Amino acid sequence: MNNLSRRRFITTGLAAAAGVSGLGALAAIAHRYRLVPPDSAGIYGAGATLTYASLKLLTRHSMAREFSKSQICAKPFANYVDPPKEDYKSLEAGGFIDWRLIVDGLVDRPASFSIEDLKRFPKQSNITMLQCEEGWSYIAEWAGASLSHVLKEVGAAPNATFVVYRSIQPDWWDSIDMSDAVHPQTLLAYEMNGTDLTYGFGAPLRMRVPRQLGYKSVKYINRLTVTDDIKKFGKGLGSSGTGDGYSWFAGV
Amino acid sequence: MTETRRQRYSVLVRVTHWITLLAFVALLVSGVEIVISHPRFYWGEVGNVNTPSLFDLPIPSSRRMVETGYDFKLEDQNGWSRSLHFQSAWLLVLAGFLYVGTGIVNGHFRRNLLPSRTDLSRKSLWSSIKQHVRFAKPTEEASYNVLQRLTYLGVIFVLFPMVIWTGLAMSPAFVSAFPATVEILGGQQSARTLHFLFVIALVLFLLVHVCMIIRAGFLKRMRAMIMGGVNE
Repeated sequence: MNNLSRRRFITTGLAAAAGVSGLGALAAIAHRYRLVPPDSAGIYGAGATLTYASLKLLTRHSMAREFSKSQICAKPFANYVDPPKEDYKSLEAGGFIDWRLIVDGLVDRPASFSIEDLKRFPKQSNITMLQCEEGWSYIAEWAGASLSHVLKEVGAAPNATFVVYRSIQPDWWDSIDMSDAVHPQTLLAYEMNGTDLTYGFGAPLRMRVPRQLGYKSVKYINRLTVTDDIKKFGKGLGSSGTGDGYSWFAGV
Repeated sequence: MTETRRQRYSVLVRVTHWITLLAFVALLVSGVEIVISHPRFYWGEVGNVNTPSLFDLPIPSSRRMVETGYDFKLEDQNGWSRSLHFQSAWLLVLAGFLYVGTGIVNGHFRRNLLPSRTDLSRKSLWSSIKQHVRFAKPTEEASYNVLQRLTYLGVIFVLFPMVIWTGLAMSPAFVSAFPATVEILGGQQSARTLHFLFVIALVLFLLVHVCMIIRAGFLKRMRAMIMGGVNE
């Protein structure tokens, strides 16, 4: 090995070592500041992580765009949902009086709220866009209890990292990180455009996360679980849809 | 006859060229899959199957909610398509930054792509257009002709930036931090429609680009962009 190739070998080796340890340091920082999404493994993990980390940093204090009353869409679109099951039908027949939102997990006071209970909390509303991953959209006014208020009521633990929310429809659940959970525009919505939600739009209760695509706004919510370990839920990817390839983070 | 080998493309240009092609093909395939789920386009902030469209693509859809005139529905491929789309977008943007950044610093754009003043004269432009219209077989020249230069500059500094901008303007999180980026375009659905139209322009460029390469000698041009040199 002559001098030149030895020098080249050493510099290449040093550069490679610096690159690898640089990546390692980046990964450690990303984990430390919770910039790694639950679906960061797998072939699309690199893209999902880059998107989540950069948008988390950019949107630390941002608010979803809000619109004027005149921009509310006269013809919102409800999208397809499976027909209701027996348990839902009997609750609907009773005017949802017996509908309960169970809140458990890392909370001081596990609770179970009726829709009337939620309506007694301060009513928050916003006129925002619901944007479907397919490409269509509409603007509506949603009103409900802010998720951050509900989390305060039950005393969510300071070390919690995610809120998992479940639909009464089988195998339909999702989760958001704490910064989205306590975001002032994130609602447990029971009203749309001034009237109670209808079946197509998620009656009696749907999640509204306006800084993310529509699929994070799960319909027919009946349970919230506060957690510090998202890997314990389902396949550990943070939502029921992630298994089909839909990224967990839908801020896009 | 002695052959001399002349360096035509730097390693960086070659590597970023092929990364861009790889990412572009992945973006195109996944983008087509995403469009299939809703082959309707709108102008303004919002649009859905209950509102009038600007134009519809005459293709079947992967969702039964969209009336396409076809009596069948395609398979929904949006899950992996969206993941592939955004991962490839990152690859394209990172390769693009590397290419543009070094190109500005090392004078690649000034030297190889910026047309000279005489190139831009009416006479020289006209003769270049005439040559292209006649499909004259290009000669092996040391540098790009004026139409090539203008086209490449347009692709690098207009079409790709616009595709990236209109893509970001569709992201609800991104526009929550930078609302002007979507408002200037006329709304979220306008951004989606423009994204589609700019991609059509890029696809047209790709088709012409490949045709020109075939006309100029496919194997020779491929070898130049892979190995870097041209034998003369």
